[in-house]
Amino acid sequence: MKKRPVVDVSHLPTYDFGAASPMWWGTLAFIALEAAGFALAIGTYFYLAVLAQHWPIAAPAPDLAPGTAILIILLASIVPNHIVDRWARQHNLQKVRGGMVIMTIAGIVPLIVRIWEFPALHISWDQNAYGSIVWFLLSLHTSHLLTDVGDTIVLAVLMFTQKGKAGRRLSDVSDNVFYWDFVVASWVVLYLVIYWTPRM
Amino acid sequence: MSGIRQKKAERIQEGGPKGIRDTSIDEARLRAFLAHAWQTPKGLYGWLATVDHKLIGRRYVVTAFLFFIFAGLSALAMRFQLAAPEAGRIGPDLYNQLFTMHGTTMMFLFAVPVMEAFAVYLVPLMIGTRNVAFPRLNAFSYWIYVSGGMMIWIAFAFNTGADAGWFSYVPLAGPDYGIGKRPDFWAQMVTYTEVSALAVAVEIIATVFKQRAPGMTLDRIPLYVWSVLVTAFVILFAMPAVMVSSTMLILDRLVATKFFDSAAGGDVLLWQHLFWFFGHPEVYIIFIPATGFVSAILPTFVRRPVFGYLGIVLSLIAIGFLSFGLWVHHMFATGLPQLGESFFTASSMMIAIPSGIQIFCWIATIWGGKPIFATPLLFVLGFIFTFVIGGLTGVMVASVPLDLQVHDTYFVVAHFHYVLVGGAVFPLLGAVYYWFPKVTGRLLSERLGHWNFWFIFVGFNLTFFPMHILGLQGMPRRVYTYPLESGWGSVNLFISLSSLVLFAGFALFFLNMLLSLRNGHLAGDNPWGASTLEWAATSPPPSYNFPHLPVVTHRDPLWAEPDTLPVIEGLRVDAREVVGGTVADAVPQLRVPSADNSIWPLLSAIAVGGTFFASIYTPWAVVWGAIPVSIGFICWFWPKGEPEDEE
Amino acid sequence: MLRAHGANARKIFDLIWTFGAVAVTTWLLVMLVLAMALFRRHLAEASRSPLQIDSDQESRLIRAVGIATAATVVVLIALTIGSFFAGKSIASLSGSETVIVRVTGHQWWWEIRYPKIDSSHAIVTANEIHIPVGESVKVKLDSLDVIHSFWVPSLAGKRDLIPGRPSELSLIADKPGIYRGQCAEFCGYQHAHMAITVVAESRKAFDAWRSRQDSDAVTPIADEERRGQAAFLGTGCALCHAIRGTLASGTVGPDLTHVGGRRSLAADTLAMTPGALAAWIADPQSIKPGAKMPRIALSADDLNAVATYLGSLE
Repeated sequence: MKKRPVVDVSHLPTYDFGAASPMWWGTLAFIALEAAGFALAIGTYFYLAVLAQHWPIAAPAPDLAPGTAILIILLASIVPNHIVDRWARQHNLQKVRGGMVIMTIAGIVPLIVRIWEFPALHISWDQNAYGSIVWFLLSLHTSHLLTDVGDTIVLAVLMFTQKGKAGRRLSDVSDNVFYWDFVVASWVVLYLVIYWTPRM
Repeated sequence: MSGIRQKKAERIQEGGPKGIRDTSIDEARLRAFLAHAWQTPKGLYGWLATVDHKLIGRRYVVTAFLFFIFAGLSALAMRFQLAAPEAGRIGPDLYNQLFTMHGTTMMFLFAVPVMEAFAVYLVPLMIGTRNVAFPRLNAFSYWIYVSGGMMIWIAFAFNTGADAGWFSYVPLAGPDYGIGKRPDFWAQMVTYTEVSALAVAVEIIATVFKQRAPGMTLDRIPLYVWSVLVTAFVILFAMPAVMVSSTMLILDRLVATKFFDSAAGGDVLLWQHLFWFFGHPEVYIIFIPATGFVSAILPTFVRRPVFGYLGIVLSLIAIGFLSFGLWVHHMFATGLPQLGESFFTASSMMIAIPSGIQIFCWIATIWGGKPIFATPLLFVLGFIFTFVIGGLTGVMVASVPLDLQVHDTYFVVAHFHYVLVGGAVFPLLGAVYYWFPKVTGRLLSERLGHWNFWFIFVGFNLTFFPMHILGLQGMPRRVYTYPLESGWGSVNLFISLSSLVLFAGFALFFLNMLLSLRNGHLAGDNPWGASTLEWAATSPPPSYNFPHLPVVTHRDPLWAEPDTLPVIEGLRVDAREVVGGTVADAVPQLRVPSADNSIWPLLSAIAVGGTFFASIYTPWAVVWGAIPVSIGFICWFWPKGEPEDEE
Repeated sequence: MLRAHGANARKIFDLIWTFGAVAVTTWLLVMLVLAMALFRRHLAEASRSPLQIDSDQESRLIRAVGIATAATVVVLIALTIGSFFAGKSIASLSGSETVIVRVTGHQWWWEIRYPKIDSSHAIVTANEIHIPVGESVKVKLDSLDVIHSFWVPSLAGKRDLIPGRPSELSLIADKPGIYRGQCAEFCGYQHAHMAITVVAESRKAFDAWRSRQDSDAVTPIADEERRGQAAFLGTGCALCHAIRGTLASGTVGPDLTHVGGRRSLAADTLAMTPGALAAWIADPQSIKPGAKMPRIALSADDLNAVATYLGSLE
């Protein structure tokens, strides 16, 4: 078959930010499927709550303090998160390096606070279905938190190496920002479910 | 964006584009460069580390068919036991494992993976690119899938095969009544295959959205690609349900959570809701790509474009959405409020409308064309013949009162085999005949193909049609035997004998593949005179698929311009690079570097698989397994000085 | 083909025939059109480009597909409405029940209880339900282990027995007869041998049966029967089974107070004969592998005596 050149792509860049990048779509797809998982777990929570005579079953409502603290930290982290995004898009490597360190800390602190959050539920996972589902929800979110903190640490380290100078890596930073927003947003929903449903 | 512009300016100052481009080198050098950049190293390492979508797709297909053979042989064993009433050939313990392994394998290890496998192989070729968007994720998904499948079958060999049915209802599969570790293996196998299915879904979505050939606007996407795109979205939202539920099941069994324990606030029906929220879309995850095969094969063999392109696309999307509104029709016998049941009856009936529209469009396509009765077309016609029966019995079981009679009987067994074998396996076999020459360079024998078709078609109908009657006579499914006085003996004997005909048909199918691999006629690039881009590549396609990536100006590009192929210029040939474009109009935006071979997807899959496996025995596996898993993923993603990093 | 012998089942069977007729007609029409499409005379020449399409024909095809789609919609709406009203009329059968039966599913047998009414006690039996012909019977369903499903095909559609979720079903038998039913939800090893018998009889016969069930077990008179009773009480049997009027009061297995009067044994695995009883007691695991009843070592004489004794408990 004869070839007829019609499009020249030689001038195109090799990376970009946001929806132009295939990785951004991959991240979005993962967010979508994880959101579906969260939605089903939350659906299970309400399904069990509707079936139960009293909700929570055989337990007081969970203590607000640790969960609320995490909520505040996570919401506050959105600000540096998006500043990092802007720096990445400006290819300002020095500032991105600092920003990634801040974001690493912003990820580790809620993980530490979470150590107090499980006991604050005042129920064990094997006592009844209420205990099972709140532990499930909290663990699900913790695993996302862990994953993204891990990702942030790896990217932060990368930024301090020679590889970090490649522009594409800044696009990865930007996708990490996107995913962190999801981790924060999912906690807002889960926080309302876990802490405020029993108080209604 | 300013950053990029600035970089570009710097580059121009530095003096032109980096790397060697395809613009001004001759064809032979071009191919040599590309072959070097996209090669899979020879030997074991290359075999384990490759990220070539064609190699992965091929081994995915072969593995899926191996599982198909295992599951088929289990079915044959069941027919041996059921051939006579009160037969003592296979006892209940083995029989229950056999039917569970049959269903589980067919659904999770054959039907879904084989459809994904075809997509992994075909989509990049059909949309004119060189690999899927996330090649290493693709390799990872295969390794996870194959380890999950091997795990459950090895467990079966040690008499620990799943035995609570492919939907593992609790409490039968729960902590109190599940036998040994059997349900745990089932639950973890599900987790493996869901991880792999979700990975493929993500990469298909990103690939189709971002890597289509320039000019392949939404209304020029081949219907097969549309069908796998819709399927990928269905997977994305359905599979998490079974991951959530199988995790809850294993937690109930392993660490005594109480999700399904009605004595502690849990609920038995919660399992059914979660499982079928996945389980019904699952049927469409299998069926939708099969309709894509039909829409790809039919136009080629009736020599005209498919009738009602837009109608078919909208039908596919409608089926995708509606498939989430049907799950309760598996639960009518549990006794739900009548209003709710009516809603699910209506939605179950409604899904027949888009399915019907597709059938009508295909018949109209045939009407407007001139059929050539090659084997792929025979399978498509066999599909219409049987699938319409399955669809119509589907309408019957959507009716609550009717379902209360036939639910969990052989009527339902007949129904879903008509839908799944007639609706999905027939098109799949047609697809094998259709694309085999592309994959191997050789045509399958048409003579054997005709025999193959007629044996399977006749064998299938003789085996499964009488099951409708058995069901109406009151024979429940999943019984390892039945009393002599029931009077079901002769029909069962007839079915068992017919299943041998079906078996012979499949034997011919595999025989044809083995023989043609060596002796088949050489195919050439486009043996059927088809219209889509994969036929512009050589057969088999080289590692880089196309020397120049194609540009699309028509929905049926090879029919619109049979002799010339509009192409892209300006890509690097000394490094892996593909074109990324806009989602709706496929306007080129980026030259996207494509990941090179890597052993880390395999090692990560081993780490993840080992963690899942160990978690059957101790919950601590999840904690300790996190360490190798993290190492695996970090090494996978850590950049290793690829050429694209220079820019 | 199965026949309907009760109002509930009859409505379902009417629906099956209606849907079946529509399905067969539809399928024949689709196949007819498909055959015409395949074998009609194709005027196009082979050399023509596949993209050349006859626009007149195309608009005829659009019309045809439109009509077929519209017809599909109309038929589906009609079937949905028909199904809805059939469901409603089946639901309307409940409410006027004269007899209540409680059925509890066990792996792999059915525990049957008739609650106390007026003068008679509550009665407990297994695997065999008696109902008066022509009267509506309420069957209350529950399970204590896994999910089972109660299904007597010629009388009514099925209903699951779900642990923690009691449910109910209405039955009417039009004429006297013995109707076989079977567990329809897979429940483990012996799902295949978990049948239930419904005996529909005249009101008089039903009342007589009920009062017979109401009484304690007969006291054994013959030596053989006495020996059987002693062996029954002396070995493990009484730990799981109850025989009212004796010390045997186990609740794990079926109540055997009137076991000899039942038609079958082990949830309709064997017909009730003296030989079958002895064979069952001698080795339940070879007849119904996996069943919860263990093999109990009895001498041959004791075995025969126990079988004779149980057979006498009518």
